[in-house]
Amino acid sequence: MKLIKTLTGDRDIALLVGQVLRTGVITASAIAFIGGVLYLAKHGADSLPDYSTFTGEGKEYTTFGGIFRGLASFKPSAVIQFGALILLATPILRVFFSLIGFAVEKDRMYVVITLMVLGIILFSMFGGLKV
Amino acid sequence: MNILIFSLILLAGAYVAGLLGSLTGLGGGVVVIPLLTLVFHVDIRYAIGAALLASIANSSGAASAYIKEGITNVRLGMFLEIATTLGAVGGALIAVFTPTNTIAILFGVVLIFSALMTVRKKQEHTLQEGSRLSYVLKLNSSYPTPQGEVPYKLRNIGGGFSIMLLAGVLSGLLGIGSGALKVLAMDGAMKIPFKVSTTTSNFMIGVTAAASAVVYLQRGYIDPGIAFPVVLGVLGGAFTGARLLTIMNPKTLRYIFCVAISFVALEMIYNGLHHQF
Repeated sequence: MKLIKTLTGDRDIALLVGQVLRTGVITASAIAFIGGVLYLAKHGADSLPDYSTFTGEGKEYTTFGGIFRGLASFKPSAVIQFGALILLATPILRVFFSLIGFAVEKDRMYVVITLMVLGIILFSMFGGLKV
Repeated sequence: MNILIFSLILLAGAYVAGLLGSLTGLGGGVVVIPLLTLVFHVDIRYAIGAALLASIANSSGAASAYIKEGITNVRLGMFLEIATTLGAVGGALIAVFTPTNTIAILFGVVLIFSALMTVRKKQEHTLQEGSRLSYVLKLNSSYPTPQGEVPYKLRNIGGGFSIMLLAGVLSGLLGIGSGALKVLAMDGAMKIPFKVSTTTSNFMIGVTAAASAVVYLQRGYIDPGIAFPVVLGVLGGAFTGARLLTIMNPKTLRYIFCVAISFVALEMIYNGLHHQF
């Protein structure tokens, strides 16, 4: 909270947003890298799955619950998928921080605009659009 | 081929794609899709899932640097993200009902268009007078140049917003950042300085891609075995590309790459027309 209170100008918020993006990408790629190494250590010698026909991933890689369950048992693919989740979360978190920034600036119009963007993304996540 | 060899070759290929994407300004995600489908014969749906992740990584990595320099127009990006995210969600929805061959053909067309956009002549506009809406929405700003801060104003916000909607739809449908179309909206329709257009476009790509990627993740398009070499490779290539760009001006290289990419795009269209996806 202290950090947010000290942010006053446009510039500080922009820098914070930049920091969020950088940290997110570095964290996500580090996790994907670790997951990748584990995956290759365990499955490297296996023959390649048939990627030319689309079967889709199972629940263990497409839902929060599935990915976290796999992560808890240190399953390499789940670690990679967790990295992908962090990567997906990064821009969304960026929008969230912009929201705080505009709120601190008392820029009501941009608070509304940012909320709209956030609303669309959340709808996309939880709106049951996967068909 | 076992998984280890596949992963290493894919990692190297994605690195080259990231490098090419960075040097041409097309973005690594867009180059990785033909690599996966034409070279590795991966289903285009898995390719789209991996490319979206790569676009998010690329955009977020580069955007942090541009924001620091103060070139990105954050308010404008935020406002236009309403259009791009809305479009992206729509695109991801349409994708279910679109045959993969149609997606491949459309991808080829957009790729050629993007290549043309990157080699065309660029003008640095700086409008002195903006439209009424540009004042209401507080979109007029300034950006740093070697000659100091240069103020600029915007016009035709409705037109720019509409092109952004389309950019969003294509991004969601094809799994690309559609940076070229975003730049067209800002630099072509709204007359924003080119440098501000490209950096703000980059800033927006992550959010646009995330809006459709969350749908694709749930649909099972994101395969961990493909995702990790692609994301790491493209990021690495883009990083090298950004480094190279500070020491050289690859004008000729850009032309050669754009011609090469256009041939790849034609192959995507050809294969799509012959129902090979």
